Amino acid sequence: MPWHRKHLLTIEELKRAEIEQILATAAAFRRVLDRKVKKVPALRGKTIVNLFLEPSTRTRISFEMAAKFLSADVISFDASASSTTKGETLRDTAQNIQALNADMIVLRHAASGSPLYLSKVLGIPVVNAGDGAHEHPTQALLDVFTMREKLGDLKGRKVVILGDILFSRVARSNIHALTKLGADVTIVGPSTLVPHWFESMGVRVSHNLRTALADADVVMLLRIQHERQGVSHFPSLGEYTSMFGLNYTRASWVKPDAIIMHPGPINRGVEIDSDIADSPRSVILQQVTNGIAVRMAVLYLCAGGQPEQVLTPVE
Amino acid sequence: MPSLIIKNGRVIDPASKRDAKGDVFIADGKFVKTLTPAQKKQAKVIDAKGLVVCPGLVDIHVHFREPGQTHKETILTGSQAAAAGGFTTVVCMPNTSPVVDNAGTVALIKSVAAAAPVHVYPTGCITVGMKGQALAPHGSLQKAGVVALTDDGLCVQSNELMHRAVEYAKMFGLSILDHCQDESMTEKAVMNEGVVSTRLGLKGWPHAAEDIIVARNIILSRYTGAHIHMQHISSAHSVELMRQAKKDGINVTAEATPHHIAFTEDALATYDTHFKMNPPLRTETDRLAIIGGLRDGTLDCIGTDHAPHAPEEKDKEFDYAPNGIIGLETALPVCLDILVKKSKFQLSHVIDLMTRKAADILKLPAGTLTPGACADVCIFDPGEAWLYNTYGAFSKSINSPWDKQTLTGRVKTTIVSGQVVYQNGKMLV
Repeated sequence: MPWHRKHLLTIEELKRAEIEQILATAAAFRRVLDRKVKKVPALRGKTIVNLFLEPSTRTRISFEMAAKFLSADVISFDASASSTTKGETLRDTAQNIQALNADMIVLRHAASGSPLYLSKVLGIPVVNAGDGAHEHPTQALLDVFTMREKLGDLKGRKVVILGDILFSRVARSNIHALTKLGADVTIVGPSTLVPHWFESMGVRVSHNLRTALADADVVMLLRIQHERQGVSHFPSLGEYTSMFGLNYTRASWVKPDAIIMHPGPINRGVEIDSDIADSPRSVILQQVTNGIAVRMAVLYLCAGGQPEQVLTPVE
Repeated sequence: MPSLIIKNGRVIDPASKRDAKGDVFIADGKFVKTLTPAQKKQAKVIDAKGLVVCPGLVDIHVHFREPGQTHKETILTGSQAAAAGGFTTVVCMPNTSPVVDNAGTVALIKSVAAAAPVHVYPTGCITVGMKGQALAPHGSLQKAGVVALTDDGLCVQSNELMHRAVEYAKMFGLSILDHCQDESMTEKAVMNEGVVSTRLGLKGWPHAAEDIIVARNIILSRYTGAHIHMQHISSAHSVELMRQAKKDGINVTAEATPHHIAFTEDALATYDTHFKMNPPLRTETDRLAIIGGLRDGTLDCIGTDHAPHAPEEKDKEFDYAPNGIIGLETALPVCLDILVKKSKFQLSHVIDLMTRKAADILKLPAGTLTPGACADVCIFDPGEAWLYNTYGAFSKSINSPWDKQTLTGRVKTTIVSGQVVYQNGKMLV
């Protein structure tokens, strides 16, 4: 089945078959990452601009490496040195980048919906690298890629997402991806950060960690995002940790072969204890590596590449 | 000024319980029972066959941006938009730049408004600078000519200050208009809090933040006897609070906007900033409750909250775009569609909500065709479908969710003080 999308804006808009196409394409690129020379010519001659208007380290570097492994030229945009700090609008900034002959923009922005907005005003593909508390599609794709690597088919698998759900774009994208792939998703955390509204997205909402973790195949932890919270949503980090932090005891409540995930950056000792983060059950660093392959797949497909072409050996 | 005879129309004047085919006579800027033979001979005749003839519409909630933000709207362009929408009386909000917290600014607005094609009444601020800290000079503002007091988009947060404000303003016969919003619950909020905001990842504005202030104002009105008018009610619970308050005989009134009866939060699915407003569009339950409130008299009138913004201000990321839409030129067809066509209101009921009942809230001399009253008239074709295009319209701004939509119900003629100011798409003054 050919790939038709020009942009990758959300997981919500993807059909299950499209998610499968991206994951299959990523699997091919993942094999490339194990080679001595981790580079393919797929996007040679293309220029990709990472327009990161919100601080980011791992996602920006991951996209940059993905572009470079595809042989694209890549320019990463530093928000603090950009014209946006002089009052230039997102439209003008992006249109100038397009006029400079960029072939694709990877956008990270603090405002939800901004990639959709940009996709309407530009003629080149836009890839969402995280928009506000809305979506972070490539993170969800790398998460389900990693889960499938470890667990196989996700149908009926119990995935618990624990932490600051309200302000998490990762949670939203993962909810969409996991429910489309047939997983059984429970979100858990304090009621102020895990409101009942999420039930409308097809997940179970729980504030009881013990019940939620029982029989989980995956525990995905999320960072407490103080920077997005206008007012305090819980009394203190100490109380959060005492109620919802994943420690050795609580980690024993999940299945023995369950995996522990985290999109990073980790607050050690807050949402997760170090002995769990560094345990064999943790796949946190595999997520990071897989992120490159997934982003290679997304850049490749949005640039016009087709899944079946990459599935033939890329030399 | 020649006398006018408006013939053959369906004349609807809820204030005088008139709804029948007939004629309307105007002489010397006022409605009269009939004209003398000499007047008839010289009178200009408007044939309103197939049209509705009603009092000029009244809107007690508009923003004309002058002084200070005339790139968005001026008193003149706003008034022209009003006339094109069938409005003959408008009350403009004081959140101009500078804000209307002194008699001098009132005088400036009145001097500019004197040349406007419709009656423009200014309001003054409740607090100095609309900062919610100290009372503005209500007495001086009243002497200068304001018809009400409001901090508009900046709801007075201090209960004690609001208590003193309503008590003090009552001495001058001034009503307080309040935008009901507990700001501590809505910091950085950009849409209704609920299922849609959760999905879109946008900060939610819970209806409880409106309900709390509506309840506060009802309590303060009961305690002081002062009149408080709740602007643009958006929540079902607020409607319920108002219903009980009216049953209890408390001196409160409330308005609904065309956009809150036409749309729900679902309209924000694509982050279109033309649906970003404050208070935000809420759920279908809320929308139906507002319509129910208009039906049973819990909500007193329609107010457009006409809020012009320049295109470049709305053309940005949703979080950063300003709240508000224009509405004067679309209010009548939208209300005809939502209330008459879809909600089975009597046409005269809707006209009542947009004329007499709106005028009565602030005791404005408008909203009726009764002989002796100022001859303000709206003549419209309730069945004419037309394409609304903001670029051909009269407002200086184009921030309307109805842009390029086909609307049904079109204003043909607007008469202010006996003078035809707008007719068949043209401004005549």
